[in-house]
Amino acid sequence: MKKKFDNVDRLYKVFIYVALITLAISIIVPVAWVFMASIKENKEFYSNPWALPAGFYFQNFINAFEKASMGSYFFNSVISTALALIILLVVSLPASYVLARYKFKGKRILNTLFMAGLFINVNYIVVPIFLMLMGWDDTLNISFFLDNIVVLAVVYASTAIPFTVYLLSSYFQTLPKAYEEAALIDGCGYFKTMIKVMIPMAKPSIVTVILFNFLAFWNEYIIALTLMSGSNRTLPVGLLALMQASRGKAEYGMMYAGLVIVMLPTLILYIMVQKKLTQGMTLGGLKD
Amino acid sequence: MNKTKEKRRFIWICLAPATILFTVFMIIPTINVFWMSTLKWGGLSANKTFVGFNNFITAFQDMNFIHALQNTILIIAVVTVITMALAIIFASILVREKIKGQNFFRIIFYIPNILSVVVISSIFGAIYDSSNNGLLNSMISLFKPETWETIQFLGNQDIVLYAVIGALVWQAIGYYMVMYMASMSSIPEHLYESASLDGAGKFRQFFSITLPMIWDNIRTTLTFFVISTINISFLLVNALTSGGPDGASQTVLGYIYKQAYNNASYGYGMAIAAIVFIFSFVLSFILNKSTERDPIEL
Repeated sequence: MKKKFDNVDRLYKVFIYVALITLAISIIVPVAWVFMASIKENKEFYSNPWALPAGFYFQNFINAFEKASMGSYFFNSVISTALALIILLVVSLPASYVLARYKFKGKRILNTLFMAGLFINVNYIVVPIFLMLMGWDDTLNISFFLDNIVVLAVVYASTAIPFTVYLLSSYFQTLPKAYEEAALIDGCGYFKTMIKVMIPMAKPSIVTVILFNFLAFWNEYIIALTLMSGSNRTLPVGLLALMQASRGKAEYGMMYAGLVIVMLPTLILYIMVQKKLTQGMTLGGLKD
Repeated sequence: MNKTKEKRRFIWICLAPATILFTVFMIIPTINVFWMSTLKWGGLSANKTFVGFNNFITAFQDMNFIHALQNTILIIAVVTVITMALAIIFASILVREKIKGQNFFRIIFYIPNILSVVVISSIFGAIYDSSNNGLLNSMISLFKPETWETIQFLGNQDIVLYAVIGALVWQAIGYYMVMYMASMSSIPEHLYESASLDGAGKFRQFFSITLPMIWDNIRTTLTFFVISTINISFLLVNALTSGGPDGASQTVLGYIYKQAYNNASYGYGMAIAAIVFIFSFVLSFILNKSTERDPIEL
């Protein structure tokens, strides 16, 4: 009897490992495939697709950067992501702090409004945003709001405000009140107390906000696709165009190189902070 | 007196920028969705006529929209069931069993979640490629070399939706698994110990302890999962197949884009957006209510 039980147990264990390894392989293989394909020469794509690359064909990356303008798209992505993160933090930190700590008229309404914002997804409102920006351009008779990397960053930051305020203000609520009371009694003004005392204490949640929103902004494509065109594209939109172009021309190497360019920064970041990331998500518990 | 005035000023200066940006780029566009849905609006021409609920009536007679809605509902149902089941099972295995390389698996499973939807769709473009170079096709041809004809994963109207579902499960499973692992590891160990003393096996423990203890977490994630599947399925399909072939993989949100940008019928597109918006709320409300259980007292 005992022996039989052992066998069942062992079988169960084997089954578990097979299932886990299958899932792991299904993730590793496609990602590794992309990296390998990115250093293959074009003619290698017509032989066995599972063959290892014959050499390190770096020309793919040069082509992607120059011919497919991934270089300037990369620059655009860096600028829009960084700018959006800065704007997001500059507007969200004070708002979250005040919402968490102060009593004032209209607080409940504002809180409800920001909470409701959690349920508004950008996919529904991209078209109205586009039409609104186009309308502003038309009324002022300028071409400023569309195709502008700064405006794109502002839109990114705005759409991330509800989640960020939710996350930051629930963190501020957990901080002890003693520090700021002491600072205020010592004659520190409200602004100074907030900037010098409270915001530094919120560092762990700020890191979480930066991590999640970096990934969101860097990977985003539907807003950028709608609001930007030509040389002002961001990386994911550029990759989309490259994908469509390479299907016709069969320039696979360049396409895979573009793919690596888009995902490498997020992978590096992930390797550096994976603990933080997988812990941070339980803090928010939400995903858009 | 001066102090309260200063405080008031501080409060409003802190709140104003976030509130203004949020209002201009989220609240107003959302209101516009509903307002525009009552207009007949040709787009570039400034002609806007109020037509009331006409756009909504048109939508429910539009077979393309109905088809897109059916696709979306099928995607939600299948992806939710598969992802949730697999994520919960894998999470409980990784938390409960002494698995070698537990950390390794966790790190790997989370990778799809950090990739852009465009990257995921390119990867699946390569996986589903209909030529012999396609990852799946070349793998299948190893087993059936002679008579094998490659499968048109993305070109066949009957298969394409399942191909999309595969990609969606692939990208979502790790995220939810890590989430459930976090809530499962907070279940007190003594519950399992006493259960196993009482002779409860692993399956019994899973259904009587693990599942009930994380039920609240499952409920919240389920609601968000449904909403996010509507969104991500659109983003993925838009990049992978653009709704093709012949609308076979079109999602409701994708249909809005088609109406707005290809036909420039913004009013009609926004009416559909309003329908989907309300639909997603009703659906998550129903899910939330129907999964309600009495809280567990420890």
